[in-house]
Amino acid sequence: MTSVASERKVDMSTARAHSTGHYRVQNVIVTFIKYAILIPLTASFAFPLYWMISSALKVDAQVYTVPPILLPFPIHPQNFIEGWQVLPFTQYAINSIVLYTVPAVVFTVLSSTIVAYGFSRIRWPGRDTLFWFVVMTMMLPWAVTMVPLFITFKWLGWLDTYRPLVVPALFSHPYIVFLLRQFFMTLPQELSDAARIDGASELGILFRIILPLTKPALAVVALFRFLWAWNDYLGPLIYLRDETRYPLALGIEQLSRRANDIGNFSNGIPYLMAVSTLVALPIIATFFLAQRTFIEGISLTGMKG
Amino acid sequence: MMAARIGKASRYTPGEWRNLRLGLLFVLPWILGFLLFTIYPLLASIYYSLTRYDLLRPPVFLGFKNYTTLFTTDPHFWNVMYNTVYYVGLSVPLGVGAAFLIANLLNSKIVAPSFFRGVIYVPAIVPAVASAMVWQFLMNVQYGAINGVLRSVGLPVIPFLSNPTWAKPSLILVAIWAQGAAVVIFLAALQDVPRSLYEAATVDGANIWQKFRNVTVPMASPIILFNLIMGFIGAFQEFTIPWLLTQGGPMNATEFYLVHLYRNAFRFLRMGKASAMAWILFLIIVAFTLFIFRSSARWVYYGGEK
Repeated sequence: MTSVASERKVDMSTARAHSTGHYRVQNVIVTFIKYAILIPLTASFAFPLYWMISSALKVDAQVYTVPPILLPFPIHPQNFIEGWQVLPFTQYAINSIVLYTVPAVVFTVLSSTIVAYGFSRIRWPGRDTLFWFVVMTMMLPWAVTMVPLFITFKWLGWLDTYRPLVVPALFSHPYIVFLLRQFFMTLPQELSDAARIDGASELGILFRIILPLTKPALAVVALFRFLWAWNDYLGPLIYLRDETRYPLALGIEQLSRRANDIGNFSNGIPYLMAVSTLVALPIIATFFLAQRTFIEGISLTGMKG
Repeated sequence: MMAARIGKASRYTPGEWRNLRLGLLFVLPWILGFLLFTIYPLLASIYYSLTRYDLLRPPVFLGFKNYTTLFTTDPHFWNVMYNTVYYVGLSVPLGVGAAFLIANLLNSKIVAPSFFRGVIYVPAIVPAVASAMVWQFLMNVQYGAINGVLRSVGLPVIPFLSNPTWAKPSLILVAIWAQGAAVVIFLAALQDVPRSLYEAATVDGANIWQKFRNVTVPMASPIILFNLIMGFIGAFQEFTIPWLLTQGGPMNATEFYLVHLYRNAFRFLRMGKASAMAWILFLIIVAFTLFIFRSSARWVYYGGEK
């Protein structure tokens, strides 16, 4: 009796071993294929930025070689300083930060917070109908308003200033209103009701109760607005002619014009790559520091970043 | 009596009136912005599109001449249309398709998923000017790294940006490289697909392909639609990368819609013609979006609804 039972037991366990063994082989193959695609794919996505940084550390003699030099040696970190000094990049950086990015972020976040509050935490007739117009403006191709806005801003005498780029931020941004509204809606209505009974004003409720609870959302929208302003090229290209007012984006383009005339000065390409790296670096660093915030923002709104 | 009459005259209670006033006050910045920076420019754009206007002299009314000239005698317009449709038609489906496959790969069990996701996403947020600089360098015929590798293994070089046949595919390649946001959006959608659906499919004996085809694709189809539409709207208006990499050349091969519009408006000061172009683009985008929405009824699956 016992021997039969144990025999059967052995049978079953070998059967199980067989099936898991087969499963394991299949698993190994799938895993192998997965990484055989994933690793070259990721490497090719990373390569251009790697090339930017590594070329920033070369001199001309290391740039024009066949085959290309993957790991530059010796490295020339002084390119970062010398390239930065070819044009007044410190001035461009100040313009980018003080005149454009900071006001754009502050204005947009403040105005959009107030608007999003009106679209979510107060119940009023017609609110949701009006909100549909916000959604529609999200889909509106900006190319349509580009020319008449330029004409208007020119008429106002705003060319060669950052006003065309930051004043509209005072009037909220549809994507950011949309995202903040989503967040505000998730908070229970009782929070506001209790505060109202205590006699708090709506602005008081927004700033003392709602905003402290939505700090992560504020971080998301501030981050995106920072990104748009920092990376913007077309806006400054249209409105700014005076080179002393250029932001970094236009400064890089200016440098590339000089660097591509070979013979103009040596190490043109390394300088160009060095300055590009310096301008891209705050973005890359912010991303790796605030990866969660970024991912959350994109996942929630589908914003491109 | 009085109260009753007031109540009848207005549809709202005093509390509702108060809320309406408050609500409108809060959204006032948006209302003003909407009127000033959306509605007014839209209307002004219609007017300018019917004129010849160079910013120096007052606009001259032309009727529909800008539109008829664009469609009939303009030597560039149809070439610009062809370039744009070529670019949009290839870069968006390829980009969204690639993004979807990559997202599936990242969603499967892998080590360090956030590292891989980060590397694929970063190109999407790097300043376009910086990307343009490095791609111009990479794709250079004489000293670009890609051709350097080709040359060192004895293959012919590829004139990525200097040959009219190669220029558009090269720009499409750059566009796909910067598709990381779509990957992240897909990834979020894939993570929301209920495990139970895959388990049920496994019980029914479905293989990997069948699960992908019958569970993943339908469940992610609303997001595929979303990414396609946003991709099309964006690609029709692509400007920075083509403008910096090829400036519309070689031989006008990359003169895309917005590049041409920008050139007319801000280099040639043809505000009327540029406005007409903007309105044509607007109508194309609206028609295109509606068409995709219409067709989506057949291939997008909305769980629960309907």
